[in-house]
Amino acid sequence: MECPKYLKKLLYALPAPIFWLGVWQGCAFLVDHRLGGRGNELLLPYPLSVWRVLVSLAGTEGFWTTVLTSLGRIGVGLVWGLALGALLAVLTCASPWADRLLSPAIRVVRAAPVASFILLVLLWTGRNKVPAVIAALMVMPVVWDSLSRGIQAADPKLLELARCYRFSRWKTAALIYLPSLRPQLLSALTTATGLAWKSGVAAEVLCLPEPSLGQRIYYTKYYLDIPELFAWTAVTVALSMVLERLLRACLGRWGRGRHG
Amino acid sequence: MIVCKDLRAAYGERAVLDGFSLKIPERGVTALSGPSGCGKTTLLRVLAGLEELQGGTISGIVPGETAILFQEDRLLQWRRVEQHLTDVLPRRRWDRVPELLALAELEGEGGRYPSALSGGMGRRLALARCLALEARLYLLDEPFAGVDLPRALRILERLRALPAPVLLVSHEEAVLERADRTVWLEGPPLRALEPR
Repeated sequence: MECPKYLKKLLYALPAPIFWLGVWQGCAFLVDHRLGGRGNELLLPYPLSVWRVLVSLAGTEGFWTTVLTSLGRIGVGLVWGLALGALLAVLTCASPWADRLLSPAIRVVRAAPVASFILLVLLWTGRNKVPAVIAALMVMPVVWDSLSRGIQAADPKLLELARCYRFSRWKTAALIYLPSLRPQLLSALTTATGLAWKSGVAAEVLCLPEPSLGQRIYYTKYYLDIPELFAWTAVTVALSMVLERLLRACLGRWGRGRHG
Repeated sequence: MIVCKDLRAAYGERAVLDGFSLKIPERGVTALSGPSGCGKTTLLRVLAGLEELQGGTISGIVPGETAILFQEDRLLQWRRVEQHLTDVLPRRRWDRVPELLALAELEGEGGRYPSALSGGMGRRLALARCLALEARLYLLDEPFAGVDLPRALRILERLRALPAPVLLVSHEEAVLERADRTVWLEGPPLRALEPR
């Protein structure tokens, strides 16, 4: 009898998480064995303890509000970063003057420490806006870089075809540039989503907007509640993965054909 | 009549066209044949306005009025067969799609992607897409590469009936025999040996 497809997928996906959970369990056991007492509670909790905390948190009133508010803020920042990065990539590739003017500024944004930006943006705007602005600022250079490379690498033979076959600019963009850019955009998206969450939550930790994942993480540090820190971190990672999957699914529909 | 007189073009120091002349009748297929690298493709690209002419004149046509089939298929892997034609045709002429598919003997393949086509089918799709352009001169660089001979000859007959002249490059004897006119070439620099 043939193994069902979903079961095959599950069997393929499960070993790695099980292995790393095993490593975590082993390390927590070592901490427990060596230190005893509050070792696990203060340094490295068992996976099961974190799971229990997570389940209890999920049952509380503020959990979903916190999660959805942070998701909204960082999601907005991510979308703005993607849009801005794409727009700047088009501009800098279309005009050498725009490239000369904008590229150094974008590179400065990419190299500057995120903490400096968080503090500056906190001074310039309200604390609730900081995570979105920071997420957008961190995502924008990554998307700009990927898409600029993609635009420059568009097949010159196809571009020559577009000129000869009298394609309008829009048609050239839609039929040649965008499908050629799809792999770059999908790869940039993975990096950008991770960056948006890292920087967005860091901004929340420093600015403490209410409610937010960052604020909850800040309080776990304040009260040395390490299992809860792990639980909120797990929530952040899960949200980042869900958002990335969602965006990839949306972009995956666009420009898809049969390659190869 | 399209008249090319004393055409000169070069790649760097290397002259590919050096005083080349050719007359193309108002209708029918003119076939060009000659060894690889003699400058046939360059001639087509010059006529299409893709290479800069360093001297000479072309009368009876301007580059914007030509349609070129490149030596490579240059198909868009993410577009279906039918879409390759609608991408080129103005919307009001989309009714020509079945006619063009029939000309290239691609009936029933409209919904497929290029990756699902054989080499010969891809070539015929590229040809149909080129013919979808309204032009006063069709420049076809090896349109029958990978196409079986009986089919190539049937398509050639349809090309001969087009309202605009066709200048094609081919190495296939049977194609050269059935063209309205064949020009044997050698080079570089390109020169005509014996018009038939």
